[in-house]
Amino acid sequence: MTFLNYLISGISLGSVYAIIALGYTMVYGIAKMLNFAHGDVIMVGSYICFYAVTSFELPPLVGVIISVILCTVLGIVIERLAYKPLRQAPSLAVLITAIGVSYFLQNAALLLWSSNIKMFPSFFKFADENGELQSGVTLAGGQLNISYVTIVTIVSCIIIMVALTWFTGKTKMGKAMRAVSEDKGAAQLMGINVNATISLTFAIGSGLAAVAGVLLCSAYPTLVPTTGSMPGIKAFTAAVFGGIGSIPGALLGGLLLGVIQIFTQAYISQQLADAVVFAVLIIVLLGKPAGLLGKQIREKV
Amino acid sequence: MDPILKVENINVYYGSIHAIKGVSFEVNEGEIVTLIGANGAGKSTTLNTISGLLHSKTGSISFLGQSLTKVPPHKIVERGLAQVPEGRRVFLQMTVQENLEMGAYTKGSSGIPADLEMVFTQFPRLKERRKQIAGTLSGGEQQMLAMGRALMSHPKLLMLDEPSMGLAPILVEQIFDIIQGLHKAGSTILLVEQNAQMALSIANRGYVLETGKVVMTGSGLELLESPAIKKAYLGG
Repeated sequence: MTFLNYLISGISLGSVYAIIALGYTMVYGIAKMLNFAHGDVIMVGSYICFYAVTSFELPPLVGVIISVILCTVLGIVIERLAYKPLRQAPSLAVLITAIGVSYFLQNAALLLWSSNIKMFPSFFKFADENGELQSGVTLAGGQLNISYVTIVTIVSCIIIMVALTWFTGKTKMGKAMRAVSEDKGAAQLMGINVNATISLTFAIGSGLAAVAGVLLCSAYPTLVPTTGSMPGIKAFTAAVFGGIGSIPGALLGGLLLGVIQIFTQAYISQQLADAVVFAVLIIVLLGKPAGLLGKQIREKV
Repeated sequence: MDPILKVENINVYYGSIHAIKGVSFEVNEGEIVTLIGANGAGKSTTLNTISGLLHSKTGSISFLGQSLTKVPPHKIVERGLAQVPEGRRVFLQMTVQENLEMGAYTKGSSGIPADLEMVFTQFPRLKERRKQIAGTLSGGEQQMLAMGRALMSHPKLLMLDEPSMGLAPILVEQIFDIIQGLHKAGSTILLVEQNAQMALSIANRGYVLETGKVVMTGSGLELLESPAIKKAYLGG
């Protein structure tokens, strides 16, 4: 049963990675850039939700919605101010800018909200049959504990994946997004507004980052200005692992990474977990340089 | 009557390279006009400048009497100017039908079923393969898809960039038959080609581009018969 407990925690953590990885992978697919500030948008989203619920005493759901809206706007603003002027610039310049934006967000958070640890409130408590608030359900005679955060996280991940698959597969805008990711010039010749499509991608990715932030902080409630950076790097790893640019790849990469991390922590060593995660990434990339579900791109000569 | 497209004295640079040096030409409604010239003469650059992907430092481009200067590419498509780009550039990971739907991006979705039928009548092969991923099509089929995709926007001017490139002679004939068919059905076409023989034989008028300049112009027949053109482009 402990195995099952670990597996469920791994899937839950992996679901958060997958939601964050979507932001990396979609932006990479459309704008062909690595938005290293993505992890810090998670942190901003968590703070917004934290203050909405604690200082303004809004209901948690309202806090999450406000956080999603503000992060969406933040994503669009970051793209407009920092990345759009560099559309024709070498990718190294864009990469350095992204790292700059990341530090900017962390330091702005430090200035605004200080380095004091905030304890993120737990939203996911529900009354049981005796009217007592519980943070999870216990099954199999007390051997299997599943917290509500875990359930909400996994369900959110499934809903987001289904919604995005529908969006990119069935809607006009989603198809336009795929067209832009394949060939910007040809997409423009179809009458697709490429800049608007890139903005939309940043908006979706950043909105999802806010959701991921709330889920992450609900499971691991210490909130500091650097909260987003490690999950950001892990999720980026997950995106590369699954095949960057691929939405199912982000899901697969995220889940595998989460499960590997939790299993390593449980069965091998707490300290070595990150090392094992990155070692697996290196091994996968040696065998499949484009990632598990990535497409091998043939360079035209 | 005013020409549908009027290009006047455009100059286009790639960094410090002066690719187009004062090119002017026009296309009248109902015509097939061809721009011929060797590789690197500036034919594709000219089309991409008209489509708004590249910008001219001087001069003007007007389409249906309105200037296209500073109009973004997606607005140019909305005005009725479609380009079938060099190398076809269909969306290889999307299905045939999705590619065609992208062609109708600027149109409301209500007209799409009828327009798909229109394209499928023109290119029955695409109908058979509508659910197939475009990357699995042959070169000729991809060219048909690229043309069908452009037709989905009901362009008032259709620009074709090297439709014969990389195709077997029999397919080149087929593609040119289709171009002629479109012309007979009333389309106005600007055709860029390296295959001067084929292009001039179906064009009303032609312009010869050499290193970024128009060096000769005339009717398709005149250019076909011209000794200079024969020597330079028609292998004799």
